[in-house]
Amino acid sequence: MMEVCIRINNLTVEFGKYTVLKNINLSINDQEFLAIIGPNGGGKTTLIKAILGLIEPKEGNVLIFGKKPTELTFKDIGYVPQIKTLDRNFPAKVYELVATGLTGNWNFRYTKEMRREVREVLAFCGMEHLEHRPINKLSGGELQRVFLARSIIRRPRVLLLDEPATGIDTVAETDFSLLLETLQYQNQTTIVMVTHDWEYAFHHSTSVLLLNKSVVAFGSPKEVFSEENIQKTFGHFGHDHKMEFIIKKNV
Amino acid sequence: MFDILQHNFALNALLAGVVVGFLGGFYGSFVVQRRMSFLGDGLAHVAFGGVALGLLLQFEPFWVAVPFTILVAIALTYLKERTTLEIDTAIGIFFAVSVALGVLFISLNKKYISDAFSYLFGSILLVSKEDLLFSFAFGTLTIILATFYWKRWTYSSFDMELAKVDKINVSFDNYLLSILTALSIVLSVKLVGIFLVASYLVIPSATAKLISKTFSQMTILGIVLGIVSSEIGILFSILLDLPTGAAIILLQSIIFLVALFLQKFTNKQ
Ligand SMILES: Nc1ncnc2c1ncn2[C@@H]1O[C@H](COP(=O)(O)OP(=O)(O)O)[C@@H](O)[C@H]1O
Ligand SMILES: [Mg+2]
Repeated sequence: MMEVCIRINNLTVEFGKYTVLKNINLSINDQEFLAIIGPNGGGKTTLIKAILGLIEPKEGNVLIFGKKPTELTFKDIGYVPQIKTLDRNFPAKVYELVATGLTGNWNFRYTKEMRREVREVLAFCGMEHLEHRPINKLSGGELQRVFLARSIIRRPRVLLLDEPATGIDTVAETDFSLLLETLQYQNQTTIVMVTHDWEYAFHHSTSVLLLNKSVVAFGSPKEVFSEENIQKTFGHFGHDHKMEFIIKKNV
Repeated sequence: MFDILQHNFALNALLAGVVVGFLGGFYGSFVVQRRMSFLGDGLAHVAFGGVALGLLLQFEPFWVAVPFTILVAIALTYLKERTTLEIDTAIGIFFAVSVALGVLFISLNKKYISDAFSYLFGSILLVSKEDLLFSFAFGTLTIILATFYWKRWTYSSFDMELAKVDKINVSFDNYLLSILTALSIVLSVKLVGIFLVASYLVIPSATAKLISKTFSQMTILGIVLGIVSSEIGILFSILLDLPTGAAIILLQSIIFLVALFLQKFTNKQ
C-alpha cells in the first residue's frame, strides 16, 4: 500500500477577480512521477507555487505527507523554477548556488564537507567541470542542470520541476530522464514536473494531469492521452506531429 | 600633515568616516544588487525635511530626521511589497513636498542658513562626540546583525521566491534592511551632506560589483572602498578646504571609472 504524498483538496486560486485554478482535487502517491501538461496560462506554475506554499489559495488546501506546505522543513521539498525568472546579474559561482540547496541560505563560508557534497551532486548531474564557473557565463541548459543539482543536493522527498526541459537539447534530455529515474527509484523521491513534452510525459511519468484552469484529465498516461482530452485542454487538435504520434501509439 | 590629527574635529571626522564608510559599503551592496537606489534617494530627500525642521526648532537635526526617515523607509517597503500600482508619481510628489518644506523651514530662520549649508554639502565640523558614539554603537549592531542576516539578505537578493521556499521570512527581512539602511543614511548626512548621501551609499558597492566574482567579495570590497574613500576624501577636504561630501564622492567616482576601465579591459582579453 503506497503512502499518499501530495493531496490537493478543492483548491481554488484567484488573482484579484480572475480565477486561475478552479476546484482542483487530486492525490499523488509517494514515489510517483506526475507530469503536468496544459496550455500557456493554464495555471501550471500557479499550481506548483500553491504546492510550495508560496500562494495562499482562495479555497481548499494542499497537504504534503499530511502537513501544510508551511509546516514542512526546507529540506523536504526540492524546487527547480522556470528559468526565465532568474537574475543573471547576481555575482555568484556555480558551487555557491548549489550550496544554497544544502543550507537553505546563501553561505559566506564553505566547509570542506559542503564543498565535497556540492562536487558530488555536480558529478551526479554531469557538471563537475562547472564548479567554479560564474553563473552568468552558463548556457540555458547548463543553468537548468545547476538548478537541478541545487534542488536534489538536499535529498528532498518531493521534487517539483517547472518546465525543466526548456532549453535542454534532446541528447542531454536522455540522460536528464535517466537522472530523474535514478532519483525516483533509488532515492524514493516523488517527482512533479511541468512539461510541454508529450512524448516525454508518455514514456516517463506514472501519472499525467491535463490542466486548463481546472482538471481536464488525471490518470495514467494511457488513460489521459486521448484525442478528446487533448482537444478539451488546448481547444484544438492542431498539427503537432508529436501529439499525433503519441495518440497513434496509444491506440 | 599629521598636525591636523591634533584637532579634535579632524579626529572625530576620520573615526566617523571609518564607521559610515563601512555602513555605506555594507548596506550599499544590498541596495545596489536589489536595484533600490530609489530608496536612498527618497530617504535623502526626507532627511532634508527632517534636518531643516530640527534647525528651525533648534533641536538636534539628527534626532528629528531619524523617525521621519524610518517611517518613510517602512512606507516605501510596504508600497514595494504590497502594491502593483504605478506609484512613482505619488512618491515623487511626496519627496518634493518634503524638500519644499525643508526649504521653507530654513528660510523661516535665517540665522541657521550656514548650518543648513553644511548639512547640504557635508562638513567635518558637524561631527560631534555624540555622533561618533552613536555611529560606533550602530556599526557594532550592524556587525552583530550581519553574522545572522547577511546570508538571508543575500539569498533573497538573489531570488526572493527561492528564499521564501526555503522558509526565510523575506518580508520581515526586507523591512529590517530598509530601516537599517535609513539609519545609516541619516548617520552619513553630516559627513557627506544631503545632496550626495544617496550616491555615497551606492558608488562603492557599484564599483565593487564591477570587479567581484561573488557577492561576498562584493560586500567586502564595497566596505573597503567605502572606508578608504571616506578617509582619503576627509583628508583632502581638510587639506584643501573642500566640502567633505564633494571630496569623497569625487574620489569614489574616479575609483568607479578606473574599475569600469579595468573591467572592460580585462573582459576583452
Ligand atoms: N502573481 C500573479 N498576479 C496576477 N496574475 C497572475 C499571477 N501569476 C500568474 N497570473 C496569471 O495566472 C494565469 C496562470 O499563470 P501560470 O500559472 O503562470 O500559467 P502556466 O504556468 O500554465 O503558463 C495567467 O493568466 C497569468 O497571467
Ligand atoms: Mg509556467
